[in-house]
Amino acid sequence: MKFLTSAILASIGAIAASAAWAQDKPVLTVYTYNSFTSEWGPGPVLEKAFEAQCACDLAWVALEDGAALLARLKLEGKNTKADVVLGLDTNLTAETKATGLIAPHGADLAGLTLPVDWNDADFVPYDWGYFAFVYDSEKLTNPPRSLAELVDGKDAPKIVIEDPRTSTPGLGLVMWLRQVYGDKAADAWAGMKPKILTVTKGWSEAYGLFTQGEAPLVLSYTTSPAYHQIVEKTDRYKALIFPEGNYMQVEVAARIEGSKQPDLAKSFLQFLVSAEAQKVIPTTNYMYPVRDIGADLPAEFTDLPKPEKSLLLSSEDAAANRDAWIKEWIGVISQ
Amino acid sequence: MARYPRARFLSATVLTGFGLAAVLGGLAIVVFALLLAEGGSGHGAPPLDYIGRVLSFTLGQALLSTVLSLLAAIPMARALARQADFPGRKLLIRLCALPMVMPTIVGIFGIVAVYGGSGYLAAAAAFMGLDWQPRLYGLRGILIAHVFFNLPLAIRLLLPAFAAVPAETWRLAAQLGMRGRDIFRIIEIPLLRQQLPGIAAIVFMLCFTTFAVALTLGGGPRATTLEVAIYQALRFDFDLRLGAMLALLQAFFCAGGALLVWRAGREMVLGNGARLIAYRYDGRAGIGRGLDLAVIALGAVFLVLPILALVQRGLAGMMAAASPASLFQAGLISLGLGLAGGLTATVIGYLLAQARQHAETSGHKRRAALLGLTGRLGLFVSPMVIGTGIFLAAAGRVDLYRIAAGGVILLSAVMALPFVLGVLEPALGIAARRHDRLCAALSIKGWNRFLHIDWPTLRKPIATALALASVIAMGDLGAIALFGNQELTNLTLLLYNQLGAYRLDGAASTALILLALALVFYWTIERVVGGRELH
Repeated sequence: MKFLTSAILASIGAIAASAAWAQDKPVLTVYTYNSFTSEWGPGPVLEKAFEAQCACDLAWVALEDGAALLARLKLEGKNTKADVVLGLDTNLTAETKATGLIAPHGADLAGLTLPVDWNDADFVPYDWGYFAFVYDSEKLTNPPRSLAELVDGKDAPKIVIEDPRTSTPGLGLVMWLRQVYGDKAADAWAGMKPKILTVTKGWSEAYGLFTQGEAPLVLSYTTSPAYHQIVEKTDRYKALIFPEGNYMQVEVAARIEGSKQPDLAKSFLQFLVSAEAQKVIPTTNYMYPVRDIGADLPAEFTDLPKPEKSLLLSSEDAAANRDAWIKEWIGVISQ
Repeated sequence: MARYPRARFLSATVLTGFGLAAVLGGLAIVVFALLLAEGGSGHGAPPLDYIGRVLSFTLGQALLSTVLSLLAAIPMARALARQADFPGRKLLIRLCALPMVMPTIVGIFGIVAVYGGSGYLAAAAAFMGLDWQPRLYGLRGILIAHVFFNLPLAIRLLLPAFAAVPAETWRLAAQLGMRGRDIFRIIEIPLLRQQLPGIAAIVFMLCFTTFAVALTLGGGPRATTLEVAIYQALRFDFDLRLGAMLALLQAFFCAGGALLVWRAGREMVLGNGARLIAYRYDGRAGIGRGLDLAVIALGAVFLVLPILALVQRGLAGMMAAASPASLFQAGLISLGLGLAGGLTATVIGYLLAQARQHAETSGHKRRAALLGLTGRLGLFVSPMVIGTGIFLAAAGRVDLYRIAAGGVILLSAVMALPFVLGVLEPALGIAARRHDRLCAALSIKGWNRFLHIDWPTLRKPIATALALASVIAMGDLGAIALFGNQELTNLTLLLYNQLGAYRLDGAASTALILLALALVFYWTIERVVGGRELH
């Protein structure tokens, strides 16, 4: 009975907690994705640091992923509660801008160290990384050395990838092949198809299957091995750097037009690219910071191999071609 | 079944049930209307042959999964009903609640750990020197996972049916010298004809609306289900109209399937025996008992192996577990939201089931079926549509984020409602046949009837319904993820957060804690609410 009583109390507590938003301080509401605000993500540290300087309350609304964020913004339109949206990537920015809900960031982005030039007046980049196939060096001694080898190789190992319709890395791979192979992307997919063990809904399923030993290769990030080195103290997992280049992901934030806290939102975006915030990123989001943070970047990150070529389609190209390329992908992979 | 006059007035219970059904159905209509009123995205509708392929795949795998789950559940439930005394029986039956609370991704990892390329089976084959690799990904993987998730549910729902046969029937069967085969033909087949349709409907709808299982274990986009297409339309393409139309198609097939199997159901008159522990005389010894135990062992191995793998991984991951404070808080929130959602679902379910029973006994078959379907909305209306619809409806009117906890509880209750109905509807049917006439004659009604007649006889099924609904609400992820409130991190969300942050070992330990907690939770509710064992 005690068990049930405490459970009832907990639920009352939870209801009370969720209602305890209303406070005197101004509230800055930031829509983001779950893993950003989880206790392992950057959210909690950033919140504390920003609240210490803003005399405000930072409230997160944490949805499933970037696609969920954009869909929620579209649903709510001008009525959205969001002051800032954080966690989109360049595949979604053109579409997000088209909603008319985004206001210019007004932030000073001088001194950012992205591998690509960043001149966007609306979206502030807060971290970036390269997609890569990560392999288990205990299972795979002779991994493919290039994208071509992975695509054409006769005895190439099995890979697990994510579905571009439901996952960011999955979409990244579609863009990647398109940028490397252009109109021959369908042939490349046909070459890769026999090596695909399965296509998962999201990154977590794929990475779980990979670490469970189902396949020796998984589509993830070049920065994934840093996690295993820093937390698990193992360099068993390595990322493949391809001479054709690796496709990039740049994660961005923006402020909402018509928000009641435009100044807070602006100062949050500026804070996001500050050294103080950026040094939190590597060991929480396991992505590269957008600013040179010197010795605050762990050695495991500086030692990571980086591709010679950074591939990234413009947001407009990505948005304009996404549907057609996904259809192309489905057509080949479903054969 | 014979119709007989019932009290003319509609009791408050039945009226409330009708009201609730009207609200639920009304909300569903509003949600669909809102989505359909939105323009398309301009992406253009996907080609019809694509939708046709998706639909036929969805339907095919759902039918196969349902048939396999039921084919396995029938002998297993029968064996469990016949063999009331073997060590581990109670534990096995309780374990049947676990797949209900298990987050899909955890179930997938459990299946992979057994049937995957590096799983138990492959290891056993290698150990025996066999050159054999299990091939999991494809239709096979989907079917294994669906049977794993649904066989225990079907068993859990079938067992009360077997237990509902009065002790006198078994005594009579023994006196007549009926053999196992005769008992199966004369007693059990009619029993199954009565009970299976409802269970088949639930399992079919669950498999029809599958998402992550089909994609991940199905091996790729060939295994695209309607739910994936709905997700793509609503989330990715933001084509609300297309999403709503696909969801309507899904609802049409699910509801159609349910109505079809319900029609196949036959009423069975069970007699008005006392509610005693029904001792069965068949299968006590010899081949019968041996076969039963073999069936149980086989089913238990199938059910327990993935759970065992999860336990093993969970124990191994304990070193990397989340902080005790986070686990404790998330655990309390899981329990609190689970109980609140479960209670809400049970109360609504009881009222809806009463209303349906009333419609049934007063001869309004259609109204009864409509009520049954309304209660199952959570099962056949895509959760994506529900989530999108309520935020669309609320935008600018209601601040949903402020009432997140209430919203989560209500939504998870709607999702758990079909399972409550799966337990309560048959139980109420039996209770009505046993007591309606007597109560009408003695004019026992309302609260009096509930307290003195219904509660004592329905206590067990109500407890089962509450326990089942509570663990389902406890394992909720969809509703919580929808509101995105930071204070509402339950164990399931904690687990997904760990997975999203590379903490796979820690996530395995959270999964183990979630499963253990669910087992205790389930058992406590059944025990506290249901009272002592009658069977």
